[in-house]
Amino acid sequence: MSGTFTKAMARNIFYGGAVFFFLLLVALTFDTMGGLPKSDNRANLTESVLRGKHIWETRNCIGCHTLLGEGAYFAPELGNVYPRRGAEFIKAWIKSQPTGTPGRRQMPNFNFTEQELDDIVAFLKYTSEINTQKWPPNIEG
Amino acid sequence: MKYSSQSVAMPYFIAAIGLFVGQIIFGLAMGLQYVVGDFLFPEIPFNVARMVHTNLLIVWLLFGFMGATYFLIPEEAETELYSPKLALLMFWIFLIAGAATILGYLLVPYSTLAEMTGNNILATMGREFLEQPLITKIGIVIVALAFLFNITMTMLKGRKTVISIVLLMGLWGLAIFFLFSFYNPGNLVKDKFYWWWVVHLWVEGVWELIMAAILAFVLIKVTGVDREVIEKWLYVIITLALVTGLIGTGHHYFWIGTPSYWQWLGSIFSALEPIPFFAMTVFAFNMVNRRRREHPNKAAVLWALGTGVMAFLGAGVWGFLHTLAPVNYYTHGSQITAAHGHMAFYGAYVLVVLTIISYAMPLLRGRAANGERAQVCEMWAFWLMTISMVFITLFLTAAGILQVWLQRVSDTPMPFMAVQDQISLFYWMRLWAGVVFAAGLVTYLASFFVKGDSKPLIHA
Repeated sequence: MSGTFTKAMARNIFYGGAVFFFLLLVALTFDTMGGLPKSDNRANLTESVLRGKHIWETRNCIGCHTLLGEGAYFAPELGNVYPRRGAEFIKAWIKSQPTGTPGRRQMPNFNFTEQELDDIVAFLKYTSEINTQKWPPNIEG
Repeated sequence: MKYSSQSVAMPYFIAAIGLFVGQIIFGLAMGLQYVVGDFLFPEIPFNVARMVHTNLLIVWLLFGFMGATYFLIPEEAETELYSPKLALLMFWIFLIAGAATILGYLLVPYSTLAEMTGNNILATMGREFLEQPLITKIGIVIVALAFLFNITMTMLKGRKTVISIVLLMGLWGLAIFFLFSFYNPGNLVKDKFYWWWVVHLWVEGVWELIMAAILAFVLIKVTGVDREVIEKWLYVIITLALVTGLIGTGHHYFWIGTPSYWQWLGSIFSALEPIPFFAMTVFAFNMVNRRRREHPNKAAVLWALGTGVMAFLGAGVWGFLHTLAPVNYYTHGSQITAAHGHMAFYGAYVLVVLTIISYAMPLLRGRAANGERAQVCEMWAFWLMTISMVFITLFLTAAGILQVWLQRVSDTPMPFMAVQDQISLFYWMRLWAGVVFAAGLVTYLASFFVKGDSKPLIHA
């Protein structure tokens, strides 16, 4: 903060730096969007998957679980639950909630139809096939 | 208080503190649910408590930012607020909309709430921190635009200082990046990618502008250091914040289906993100050391210094701890993330709002500073909350290290819930630290009611 470094210089560096790095972020965003078809599993984005995502959102699943590591840390990671447990286990598990075991963490029952359960499984299967650079480290999530 | 319209800040600050109390009550409930899993089930499941906890945090910080703005902009612009009436109207709209949203979370099943509020027209709900119903999100945009209109008009007719320009840029950025919350593509990778344009570009971008501007304002007032010096610091800090933080967004793009080059970009730039926070710490201490006056409000000086230190620890150090991709590969989405989240939000944003409240509230109540006893009480509150937050963070970090070890590093990884049982001791300790935090908050509330000789205003 010597006398030669003036406020006007600091201001110019701020505006220059902010604009440059924001534009760089925008450019990288375009590049990322261009590369996504290779990694985001969009080929399997079926109607059932989209319905499953909508169910995932409207039951606020992210309020307890993580999905690809993002969300709450109260309940297991579900980005890889499909390979970990399989479709039938997932459906049976959701249907059997809450366990009611005293003192244990509880998941609500959402009274899903078979169709809705299939949609959720489809969404979780699609999610598990996204290329996540080999994350999580192992099947336990 | 130099301009009578500054008084609209008062209800904003009171609402902020009230919602802060609500946030902590739900935080304690969740802390207990971590160890007594069925506590309050099925009435308030964990996900509902968490939504209330995090949404209240966001809303009360926004109340704090708006209150801070209404207080400092007239003083910086040397003119009355463009429309105090609009500011009060927006206060009530925001408070009622916020309260209705929280009641909606608590009283109506989330899927029903979604159907009632137009989520089938435009699905935006059910994403972390952006759980608000569509109508609430639209309400936030309307309130934000009215607020920005009011502030911008005030500035246009008055003096334009660096502090007010930086603050206004931060607030405009806040409103603009919030618009990404309306974009929710079916493609999960894109959804997550742009979700961070709200969340990251808020807390590690434009909010830092708001925070630095508020801190600079309070430091000018309590230290009497020359504005030229403080404003130069302000530019340097926000330059560092955006240069590191914008591409630092990449530290969220490691494992969500995005290209692998983000591991390099995100690691390098976010490793530099502690620098602006360190600069803020140095800035706060440097200005206080070079002070030209002894301001009677000692508590405000303590909050300001606390902001510098705790923001650096929480956002800087605890952020760096898990931001390098090879480390984050193991820690991503673990209790380490929770530890960082708690201290970063507390250190940077909770403390900066409490700093401006501490400085402004006595002035709004017609005195230069509170009496000795009230200030001592307030300082006790600072230490109780700050030290307990350090312990909350340390216990969550310990829990996180064990969790990562047992579940991810080990050759024989254990399932998630088995690991949770193993680390429950640390959750209990975190809960007790949370109780101390709540005691600190009660002390804070009490400080507003402690009687004693307040320091009178001296009219120049």
